[in-house]
Amino acid sequence: MSADATTNEVLLSVRGVQKIYSTPTGGVEAVRNLTFDLRKGEFACLVGPSGSGKTTLLKCISGLLAPTSGEVVLDGKVVDGPPRNMALVFQEYGRSLYPWLRVADNVEMPLKVARVPKEERKRRVEEALEAVGLAHVPTSYPWQLSGGMQQRVAIARAIAYQPEVLLMDEPFAAVDAQTRADLEDLVRSVWAKLGLTILFVTHDIDESVYLGERVIVLSSSPTVILEDLKVDLPETRDQLETRSDARFVELRHHVYEQIQKAKTYTGDTEAVRTVA
Amino acid sequence: MATITAPADAATRPQTRTPFSQSKLSTPVLGALGIVGFILVWELASRFSLVNPTYLPPFTEVFATVIEVVAGEQYRAQFWTALGNTMLGWSVGLVIALVAGVVCGVIIGSNRWVREFTHSTIEFLRPIPSVGLIPIAVVIFGVRPAATIAIVVWACFWVILIHVVYGVTDVDPVADSTARSYGLGYLARARYVVWPTVLPYLMTGVRLSGTIALVVAVTIEIVVQAPGIGQMIAQYQSAGNAPVVYALALLAGVLGLVINLALRRLEEAVLGWHPSVRAEVIS
Amino acid sequence: MTTRSIGMRLVYALALPVLIIAVWWVATLNETNPFVPKPGQIVSDFFGSWFGPLLVQQVLPSLYRLGVGLISAIVVGVVLGVVVGSSRVARKLTGPLFEFIRAVPPPVLLPVLLLVIGIDDRSKIFLIFLGCLWPILLNTIDGVRGVDQVLADTTRTYGVTGWQKLRRFVLPASLPRIMTGIRLALPIAIILMVVSEMYAAIDGLGYQIMLFKQIFQIGPMWAGIVIIGLIGIVLAWIFRVIERRVLAWYFGQREVETSER
Repeated sequence: MSADATTNEVLLSVRGVQKIYSTPTGGVEAVRNLTFDLRKGEFACLVGPSGSGKTTLLKCISGLLAPTSGEVVLDGKVVDGPPRNMALVFQEYGRSLYPWLRVADNVEMPLKVARVPKEERKRRVEEALEAVGLAHVPTSYPWQLSGGMQQRVAIARAIAYQPEVLLMDEPFAAVDAQTRADLEDLVRSVWAKLGLTILFVTHDIDESVYLGERVIVLSSSPTVILEDLKVDLPETRDQLETRSDARFVELRHHVYEQIQKAKTYTGDTEAVRTVA
Repeated sequence: MATITAPADAATRPQTRTPFSQSKLSTPVLGALGIVGFILVWELASRFSLVNPTYLPPFTEVFATVIEVVAGEQYRAQFWTALGNTMLGWSVGLVIALVAGVVCGVIIGSNRWVREFTHSTIEFLRPIPSVGLIPIAVVIFGVRPAATIAIVVWACFWVILIHVVYGVTDVDPVADSTARSYGLGYLARARYVVWPTVLPYLMTGVRLSGTIALVVAVTIEIVVQAPGIGQMIAQYQSAGNAPVVYALALLAGVLGLVINLALRRLEEAVLGWHPSVRAEVIS
Repeated sequence: MTTRSIGMRLVYALALPVLIIAVWWVATLNETNPFVPKPGQIVSDFFGSWFGPLLVQQVLPSLYRLGVGLISAIVVGVVLGVVVGSSRVARKLTGPLFEFIRAVPPPVLLPVLLLVIGIDDRSKIFLIFLGCLWPILLNTIDGVRGVDQVLADTTRTYGVTGWQKLRRFVLPASLPRIMTGIRLALPIAIILMVVSEMYAAIDGLGYQIMLFKQIFQIGPMWAGIVIIGLIGIVLAWIFRVIERRVLAWYFGQREVETSER
């Protein structure tokens, strides 16, 4: 996987997405104006304060919600429902796995529905479970596993599905710090190995800088993009080394400042600055 | 609320109006529509002889008969007497079951040994359907309200018993120990610790029993012609008088609803202060 | 489980019943009133009069009606419940209507059905069907409505729609509630079976019991009542076995969740 994906073609295009929720008391504008492009093979992190419409944005991108205005274009086609080549990993791992299916069956299920031939299915499931380090528990039920392992199953399922774009909605917010560190490294290794395009949403600043090649900072509702940073840390990242690296601290500091400003942001249109 | 400026790319039209199906108005409107639709189908099926109108009179006719039964010269006296008999059996049976159920429930619930020893017997007797005991009740009491009351008691006693036992066993042992350490005697503990815990379970049991008692009472009246609404229905059914039978069936439904509503109100009133942590014991 | 604890459990289970039967036996030892049942007599009447041709002639037709009524209620209840449960509009349309119909005591419908259909198997089966339909239907609707939102979103993003969605998501997710509905319907089925046979019938368990009463054969009458109880117990047991297998995942999940609290 090349360190610099900026020369690849654009895979996902978010254009002027706005989302207004209608409530009995009137409209609530969760997302005002989001525009950015994601290139093939990129690992981009979306970070913003709580209540910054991050989940709303992901739901619009994944086709679960229709934006009030603006559009999302994946591979040249406008998204108006969950597209075939996209997978979404939720924060609530416990509720996103089918409790009546064993781990292997959970991973296999979307492939069965997509009519992947049996041999191919078995192979993909095995490889996916191998990739996330769960080759030893295919016959367990999800609720028999720990939180971290459950999230691995969800990730394995997404991998086996072989999407072009992987969306992750604060996937590690609900696991303990130790597990989170392992899972972060897992995602990076999977990304490096399989060449996926990943859009990773988090509220954890450290995580966003550690994981991404690019960090997009969001404001709070009504959400706009405050900044679009390139993370120029070396490609191989390590929990101990990278996090104490001077450049890491600098970037992290910068993002943190932006977030603090974002919490009181009341501007109108986007102010996208790409910081080299 | 921000003012919305014209977006750059209007690929989708802004949808800020809630679809009707989600609005608050839709629930009563659609609900009423459903009932009206049902009545319409009934009326048409009868009028156009899709079902033999002798046996399925049109709704309008049935509705008119309802008025007649409740207020008209011909049936009024019989109806209200019958209703009175049914409610007599219902209320007396319910009260007896309540008292017996609470007493036994508290005894069984508070003592682990008693619970262990009675468990099998309860689990064996409880599922015996009250209707199965109808012949016995008739043999003992004859075809009189007492038979109805006896069976109502049997049916409701188990429901109340189970709920009270659950309630008593649900008493927080920490709270109980705390009360004990403060020197609260048995009665005081019963009032301040046990009773508040049992009450929600008991109220659920009462609400369930209220419905069951009605069903059981009417059933007995139909089967053995004990005095009451059920007996009246049976009488007019053998006479082939369809409109009256349907009218009485509708009225029985209304009665059921009224009782259910009244008991829910009672439950809410009694438990108004209680956080809604109730377990409906589905037995 | 040690033999000692099995033994203890048996003692707990049998102590009181044995005591009751013993007292009953002694109390009725010299009883001559034919209306008072004696335990020994009930057992002998049970085998004497019920076992044999009577079992086939009377009990089997009852079980047949019970089975047909119950199974059709399950099929219709689940199908209709899934359809109504999946649509907000349908739920609102049928809400008050179903509430009212549910409030009508099922036995009240018996005379109505007898008028419309007549005194034969069909009216009894239909009565059992109607009585069992409501708990199953209403619980299925609740089950479908209450599926987890995150799981629903997951299902959508992986492109599981239509029939696949029904089969792989909606039905398994609603199954616990559906089973609850069926469990509630079981006693209703038995009650309506007996009631319909006691009121107007030419055969059946209920009919036979009433017959015994009328010809003053109290012993066989009691034995018949015991049979009703037994049918209830067996039915409940069969259901529990099925439920344990079908909902193994659900019980396992709940066990894990409660132990974590």
